[in-house]
Amino acid sequence: MSGPGHATYLGMPAFPEAADTSTRDTRLRANLRHATHTIRTKRATAVAELDDWGRLRAAGAAIKDRTLRHLDHYLERLESAVTAAGGQVHWAADADEANRIVTELVRATGEHEVVKVKSMATQEIGLNDALAEAGITAYETDLAELIVQLGDDLPSHILVPAIHRNRSEIRDIFAERMARWGRPAPDGLTDAPADLAEAARLHLREKFLNAKVAVSGANFMVAETGTLVVVESEGNGRMCLTLPDTLISVVGIEKVVPTFQDLEVFLQLLPRSSTAERMNPYTSMWTGTSDDDGPRTFHLVLLDNGRTDTLADTVGRQALRCIRCSACLNVCPVYERAGGHAYGSAYPGPIGAILTPQLRGTQSALDASLPYASSLCGACYEVCPVAIDIPEILVHLRERVVEGGPVSVRGTRAVIKPAKGHAAERAAMRAARWALDHPSVLRTGQRLASRTRRLHPRRLPGPGRAWSDTRELPAVPAESFRDWWQRTRATNDRSTP
Amino acid sequence: MRVGLFITCVNDTLYPHTGRAVVTLLERLGVEVGFPAGQSCCGQPHFNTGYRHETEPLVRRYATAFRGYDHIVTPSGSCAAMVRDNYPRIGAKAAAEGRGQELAEAAATVVPRTHELTEFLTDVLGVTDVGAYYPHTVTYHPTCHGLRMLRLGDRPRALLGAVRGLDLVELPGAEECCGFGGTFAVKNAAVSAAMGADKARNITATGAQAVCTVDNSCQMHIGGTLARQGSAVRPVHIAEILASTEEHVW
Amino acid sequence: MSSRDLVMARVRRALADVPRGESPSEVVVERTYLRRHGDRTPAQTADLLAENLTDYRAAVHRTDTAGLPALIARLLTARNATTVVVPPGLPTDWLSATEVRRIPDSADLTPHDLDAVSSVVTGCAVAIAETGTVVLDASPDQGRRRITLVPDHHVLVIRVPSQVVDSVPEALERLDPSRPQTWISGPSATSDIELTRVEGVHGPRALDVVLVTEG
Repeated sequence: MSGPGHATYLGMPAFPEAADTSTRDTRLRANLRHATHTIRTKRATAVAELDDWGRLRAAGAAIKDRTLRHLDHYLERLESAVTAAGGQVHWAADADEANRIVTELVRATGEHEVVKVKSMATQEIGLNDALAEAGITAYETDLAELIVQLGDDLPSHILVPAIHRNRSEIRDIFAERMARWGRPAPDGLTDAPADLAEAARLHLREKFLNAKVAVSGANFMVAETGTLVVVESEGNGRMCLTLPDTLISVVGIEKVVPTFQDLEVFLQLLPRSSTAERMNPYTSMWTGTSDDDGPRTFHLVLLDNGRTDTLADTVGRQALRCIRCSACLNVCPVYERAGGHAYGSAYPGPIGAILTPQLRGTQSALDASLPYASSLCGACYEVCPVAIDIPEILVHLRERVVEGGPVSVRGTRAVIKPAKGHAAERAAMRAARWALDHPSVLRTGQRLASRTRRLHPRRLPGPGRAWSDTRELPAVPAESFRDWWQRTRATNDRSTP
Repeated sequence: MRVGLFITCVNDTLYPHTGRAVVTLLERLGVEVGFPAGQSCCGQPHFNTGYRHETEPLVRRYATAFRGYDHIVTPSGSCAAMVRDNYPRIGAKAAAEGRGQELAEAAATVVPRTHELTEFLTDVLGVTDVGAYYPHTVTYHPTCHGLRMLRLGDRPRALLGAVRGLDLVELPGAEECCGFGGTFAVKNAAVSAAMGADKARNITATGAQAVCTVDNSCQMHIGGTLARQGSAVRPVHIAEILASTEEHVW
Repeated sequence: MSSRDLVMARVRRALADVPRGESPSEVVVERTYLRRHGDRTPAQTADLLAENLTDYRAAVHRTDTAGLPALIARLLTARNATTVVVPPGLPTDWLSATEVRRIPDSADLTPHDLDAVSSVVTGCAVAIAETGTVVLDASPDQGRRRITLVPDHHVLVIRVPSQVVDSVPEALERLDPSRPQTWISGPSATSDIELTRVEGVHGPRALDVVLVTEG
């Protein structure tokens, strides 16, 4: 491998610890606040242009639900349509298998370099690292992915992986690192976005013109026709999809849609939700291979890697509707303050908080903490173009963490135990429920608190510090409402039990 | 019309004056209010933390306590949303787990009768001018569950707009969560505090004397943060403003 | 068991809750969304197309059939073009007024060859007014996808009104999924730096769109 070593998500701390660090990073906070607030407002404007947004959203959700409920049917159709159009279809049950397939396909071409279109699926499976181990260098060609790769960094946003970097940081990364990977940055590079884009154009052009193999993902796959769709802005996607001889697309099995006509819904929902544009600059569609136009060889690698486990959960299944627009990240107050890295996977933000614990399970401390990385404010659900009820799934997954229960693990039904570290909380919850279910006990507790209220400290010890470190405690009143009612009104109450 | 007040555990224990304001307000509007003593907590802290099974007795308790009331009124957007959105889910899941329809039926009996206070005033009683007087500058923070689950929309603002003497000032970033989120406030204390700090700064910057919400659980967090920041802005529940009159400024 | 069979078996197990015998069409999809947003005359539709293309920094020009060759010549001159790639089926009179050296599109043209070319002139398959999008489908007047990608200047000709539709749904009705397609909405752009849009990354940085009124 010619570039520097890759950063990885492995061994990251649980969300609260990671977020505790990032909330104190003032530059990160400022970068994220600026970027997310900019796009948030623009999205609202772009969406408001369409009177029928709610109906498009409902149709998008329904099309995805139809697909998911009959995924076996649509995958078979897709496979035969892609094959009939000259493509070769491969199936990967997990990340290792997908990486092995892609590595072998690249090796078979005799090449040692590939150009890549930004792809969440290949980020998820850690393809670049796997290729590097096999002596194959993968060049990321999306501007933000390039920033991440050159900076030996990790993506922190679905649409804009380098959202945590501001223009001056990007300038420094380009100036210092481009030479190690190819054409150096121009002398005197400024931090003007147009200059930075120009530097990326020059740096990557030699890679595009010489590339023999490209790796991509896809936004949509049409079962009926075998057509794949890549939605992008910069043209790096077009370069990768049309110039090399061999194209390998790694795509999650949930990305299939039934018909070509169905694209009329998603090509309206996605750009407005994602980059807040009426339409993104470039969308490429291809069906197998074409004579003299584009790659002579096309491989489609269909990826499971936990998707069938997600599909098996009738509540969590709706997460597979996701079209990776990132609108939920851009409105999320938790994402804005914690940053994408705290989510410890390729999928940050609210969608990551429901997708990662389903794809990977809830066994690690990090994955078990993700369903709690939300105040349940519901802003994500409101903007989701395919109406994924993210708060509902978060609560559903919290239950899986603290209560355990039936799940699907690599395709097999299993019953998992509650995650570790919740014993004290469980006991407290049970005790609280018992008290709340016995109003006389509750009343005794309230009266005790009222009688001792002068003695209450302003700051709590132990776990209570999590509250009182930053917030005053409410004063306990002299008399609960219940007692006030009893004292003044009880005779009026016709329904005393 | 038999109206039962669901006070909520937070108001019962920590904010009884909000409950007294609701009673004062409703009685002024000619509503006879009952308070079934069998009531307790809606179960939201348990449910939202993942303890669905611990929630079930509280669903049952709520349904039993309010049997016979035409309407159930609560001064809490999130508790009303808990009943309306989550009780049916809890019932459906219990049925799916083979434990019969009892919980689902209990949920179905309370969902249509449960109203957040401002909804009850505007939709059931059909009033926006409740005859209140509150001579202060107030900013309004729409709490998330009221805004996005109950879809309260302009109801609270319309009610505040009709209050004599009240000067309503817009809150920048109003629709952003304050960062309370129940157990989120302690499980993710750093992010919760950061959200609260931003919210409190926005509130103070309005120059208002009071910040009004429909939910005292959010207010506990907002008010606690304002106080820690040394802000003079006072948190006040909408019921207290609406209960206030020339004769008795709340 | 092959991985294919393994994944398919997992999918079927995961869908145990779906009743046997349910067909995909039984999952209701209500297409109550609009086929187009608003009612416009053909002239208004063309105006909207021009407006939206301009909004995303394409340079929009309007002419009639007779004026087209001169306009194309002027656009190539303005860019100081010395060479222009020509798709095999481009109407011959379109380039009749320019002296710029023509390079016919052919399979022999390497990406490096194309990188040395100044401009490309093409027609299109359809254009979408509501989104400011032009769709190429590699028909003879448009050529292979790469010729509209590597050169830095693209002159794109749309016949008005016959090639203009209002909306995305109307465009898809006209397109053949078996043909490779490129949907273009303004020149190459990125929002990757602070989520602020910057025009001009890898695709042609100059996009001249010509609306030719048929008559």
